[in-house]
Amino acid sequence: MSLFQLNTAAMRTKDFKIKWGMVIDIDKCTGCGACMVACQAENNLAPEAEAPPSDGGDEFMSWIRIYELSNRKAFPHHDLAYLPLPCQHCATPFCTGVCPVSATEKTEEGGIVSQIYARCTGCRYCMAACPYHARSFNRVAPVWPAGLDKIISPDVSTRPRGVVEKCSFCHHRFMQAKNAARNNAHSIYELEDGDYNPACAESCPNGAIAFGDLLNKKHRVYALSRAKNAFRLLERLNAKPQVYYTSSRDWVRRAGDNHHA
Amino acid sequence: MPRRSLKPCGAAWCISSGAPFVLGLIAALIMCWWIIPAVFFVQKEQPVAFTHASHIKNQNCADCHFLRADGSFSAIPSTEQCASCHADMQGTSAAEAGYIESYVSAKKEVPWLIRQKQPAHVFFSHAAHNADSCRQLGCHGEYVDENALCSTCHADVSALDTAPYLENRLTGYSKDTMRMQDCKSCHAEQTHLEMTDAALACNTCHK
Repeated sequence: MSLFQLNTAAMRTKDFKIKWGMVIDIDKCTGCGACMVACQAENNLAPEAEAPPSDGGDEFMSWIRIYELSNRKAFPHHDLAYLPLPCQHCATPFCTGVCPVSATEKTEEGGIVSQIYARCTGCRYCMAACPYHARSFNRVAPVWPAGLDKIISPDVSTRPRGVVEKCSFCHHRFMQAKNAARNNAHSIYELEDGDYNPACAESCPNGAIAFGDLLNKKHRVYALSRAKNAFRLLERLNAKPQVYYTSSRDWVRRAGDNHHA
Repeated sequence: MPRRSLKPCGAAWCISSGAPFVLGLIAALIMCWWIIPAVFFVQKEQPVAFTHASHIKNQNCADCHFLRADGSFSAIPSTEQCASCHADMQGTSAAEAGYIESYVSAKKEVPWLIRQKQPAHVFFSHAAHNADSCRQLGCHGEYVDENALCSTCHADVSALDTAPYLENRLTGYSKDTMRMQDCKSCHAEQTHLEMTDAALACNTCHK
């Protein structure tokens, strides 16, 4: 048993009645970046600054990044794959335990790892702890050019400079779906497949991103996450992410656990 | 060697008896209770002399402040909604005549001062806190008084019309704005948490 497994075994895994999860079909992803654009528009990420900071920080703010994978073989056998990487919303997250101000936690029904910007002090311990590099630091104050500030969504707060940001699975859409369910006397624990869908999953032109309750048999992700080709990133760390990937290609599945690197 | 007199007299007695402390305490209490709050808050008037007291006589809160079909909340009625009654004069007051002239005829929205305006990073669901949600849980039987439920968090509307709108000079928020401790008075209460869907997670209220 590795040191990581020992650590995570001691960490409390909270049981939830619903567990929001994502299944990303890497074979369908073309790396077009529509999910990144949709995410930035939905979650009030300011357009990239004209003069990015020169102190070697993150190049751009994004809550979902697309990595290019290669099988590193010469031409006739060369193969590429694209891997969209949002916050993995781990069942035993490394980031929440290290936060000195409890600005990030995993306690709400649904298992979404929260990030409270009003509380974050920007120490970036969580960024160091996250093995997926899913978090980014707001190095410069976000600026919306004149006129573009009108597209700021009231559903998501804007963040000041100096806080850590990350994907929330479009948590506000979960709240809206719950509101609609309550108003129509439906149970908030039995939302229909598709009632709650993050912006990235909604915008993917190939339908590579499926989203739903991993514990609800009526949701597509239930079967998809249990399929033969489903895997999670860096599974040996035992963080148990709620984001699954599928690929029919062996080398892609192996790359998911970093044996390739 | 002259010995200090033990007999209390004059200024020395005043100092040794603790009188300066008592006087200072009284001065600090006056400062904190009356002077500093008055400096922090500025009183403002609503653009229209609206009175809840006369509207609540034969209406419920939900007649003007209602949930839309998608579960979002229509908090401040639009001029169009108000004009469904106030297209013409309903009474004889000068305030109503001024309202119809300045807003209904001009088709303008009223820039109301909102007592419960929350910052942009706060999420609140009226759908989760409304009377129907309470009735479904059945803790209080079928009887849930909607107007009383609203008044649990909002100031009592009949008292609201006479209460001045006080704006904090530093934050720009109303003095009546609900604070996190007010939310926590229910959300952090264990009995309430077990009976309802309420959660104590940060992102239940923060966005």
